[in-house]
Amino acid sequence: MTHKRRLSTTAYYVIGILIAVISLIPFAWMISTSLKARGALMSIPIEWIPQEPTVAAYEKVLTKFPFLKTVANSLFISVTYTVINLISASMAAFAFAKVRFPKADLLLKVFLATMMIPTQVTIIPLFVVMNKLGLINTYGSVLLPSIFRPFAVFLLVQQMRTIPNDYLDAASIDGASTFTVYRKVALPLCAPTLATLSITTFMESWNDYLWPLLMLTDKSKMTLPIALSTLNGAYATEYNVLMAGSLISMVPIILIYIFAQKYFENGMMAGGIKG
Amino acid sequence: MGLSHGGSPLFIREGEPNMKKKTENHKLGGNGLLTASPFLIPSLIGFAIFYFAPMVISIFISLTDWNGLDRLFAEGFVQQHFIGLGNYRDILKSPEFWKVLKNTFTYIILYIPLMLIVSISVAGLLSQKRRGVGAFRVIYYIPVLTSWVAASLIWKSILAPQYGAMNNILALFGIEGPGWLLDEKWAMPAIVLVSVWKDMGFFGLILLSGMVGINRSYYEAAEIDGAGAWTRFTRITLPLLTPSIFYVLIVSLINSFQLFPQIMIMTDGGPNGATQVMVERIYKYGFRYFKMGYASAFSWILFVIILIFTAVQMRGQKRWVNYDT
Repeated sequence: MTHKRRLSTTAYYVIGILIAVISLIPFAWMISTSLKARGALMSIPIEWIPQEPTVAAYEKVLTKFPFLKTVANSLFISVTYTVINLISASMAAFAFAKVRFPKADLLLKVFLATMMIPTQVTIIPLFVVMNKLGLINTYGSVLLPSIFRPFAVFLLVQQMRTIPNDYLDAASIDGASTFTVYRKVALPLCAPTLATLSITTFMESWNDYLWPLLMLTDKSKMTLPIALSTLNGAYATEYNVLMAGSLISMVPIILIYIFAQKYFENGMMAGGIKG
Repeated sequence: MGLSHGGSPLFIREGEPNMKKKTENHKLGGNGLLTASPFLIPSLIGFAIFYFAPMVISIFISLTDWNGLDRLFAEGFVQQHFIGLGNYRDILKSPEFWKVLKNTFTYIILYIPLMLIVSISVAGLLSQKRRGVGAFRVIYYIPVLTSWVAASLIWKSILAPQYGAMNNILALFGIEGPGWLLDEKWAMPAIVLVSVWKDMGFFGLILLSGMVGINRSYYEAAEIDGAGAWTRFTRITLPLLTPSIFYVLIVSLINSFQLFPQIMIMTDGGPNGATQVMVERIYKYGFRYFKMGYASAFSWILFVIILIFTAVQMRGQKRWVNYDT
């Protein structure tokens, strides 16, 4: 028995470390490459650790591209997108879960059915709509669609349904308006779901590629993934520059993850659908 | 309670359907709708402008040969551009479409089994209550946090045939690596490898949450009966994990039909069309070649394919998914 246990402990560490190495090696390569001079990129044998490390690639990224502005854009867009979505979705969820009104179940079904439609089906007409509204190349084009995300409505309806009605009744007997009941009673009781949702929504917006690629063509408005992809076009073979840009783009999300690890994992299990 | 026997006049009891019975309508009159509508308006507007209208317009565009330039609803547009089901017919007849399908299925056939094996291993590993499991958890999650664009750039650099890490590591073992993203045969397998690397932590944690939910007493009973680790895994863990595996299958299959950033960054559909996939085609037909009608028809065909695959899986689940934990 003890022998068997020891063996599986070895297996645990061997497999665990192997997967960890596979997970991390690409990032080690990214850091190493980002510190190389252009000439060192094509030395044979290759330099696993740069012999003459330099931050030239980082300087190039930061001067040729308003990268800090891009980080600010990404943060602004992701946070605003998330806030708009949480407000709109929680309001709708409150109505569906707690207010009696005709055809509520039908409307909810219609809302949820839209989850089946892949976003690609609507990109061309949505492009037309945004064009008509004059929103192309504005933050509005990427922010406004957050007003309706059926998945968020779905999760919040489920959470709101578990709130005992006596709580709501007590508040409304005390003369609180329906909006106050929503704001002061229902919302705080949904805090765990809201926290979870804000992480998945934030991540989705942070990493979104296709839609911002179509909408934000102005350098000063781009988000990180889009700015990175333009670097790919401009410096196709200068991997030191591409790796420096990739590393800079990863820093904010890693920092956020460190502070909110618990919510990331909860969010992922609830979500399952990624950007 | 204190309120009338019918419960709250406005708010719904738990478990009660919203306005199922006709009689309840009268009790409230239009009042409920008045109360509900301010809460629903933002979502309704969003639904109308960003979902419903685009869907209807998308069906319409797919029936035309619109180039994206002529005004869409101008007078005479229909006479000039309406071609019925022409786009759908052209797509289904084009060899390119079938190649795109073949590429997608190549991806699915390689990706899904590999991803399942790796992420079940990840979940099994993370379910151990041992030293270092917290660190493993964080490390496995880093590829998930990385955006697809950054991940694709990193791997493009790693897979560069001559100066990339991959072939130089293989050379240490005396293996001469292929051209990866530049080689027609290896490009799609390379994309699969990168996707498994990126997704294993994500699906691993989903499967972990399923594993944690399995009742401990099954394992204790099996251990008393002398079942070894492998037997416990195949006879208890796997069968009871099937609901989570089913969920992972549905999500990963839908994702497989929607590959996009990794293709755009790593291969741009090449070499020689070996990594052309549906969304990449839709994007290029729409926004590079300005064949909006063709692209829209393509996107509806994509929708139908996803729908069929999801439906088939839903029907098939009764045969192998075990819901009695």
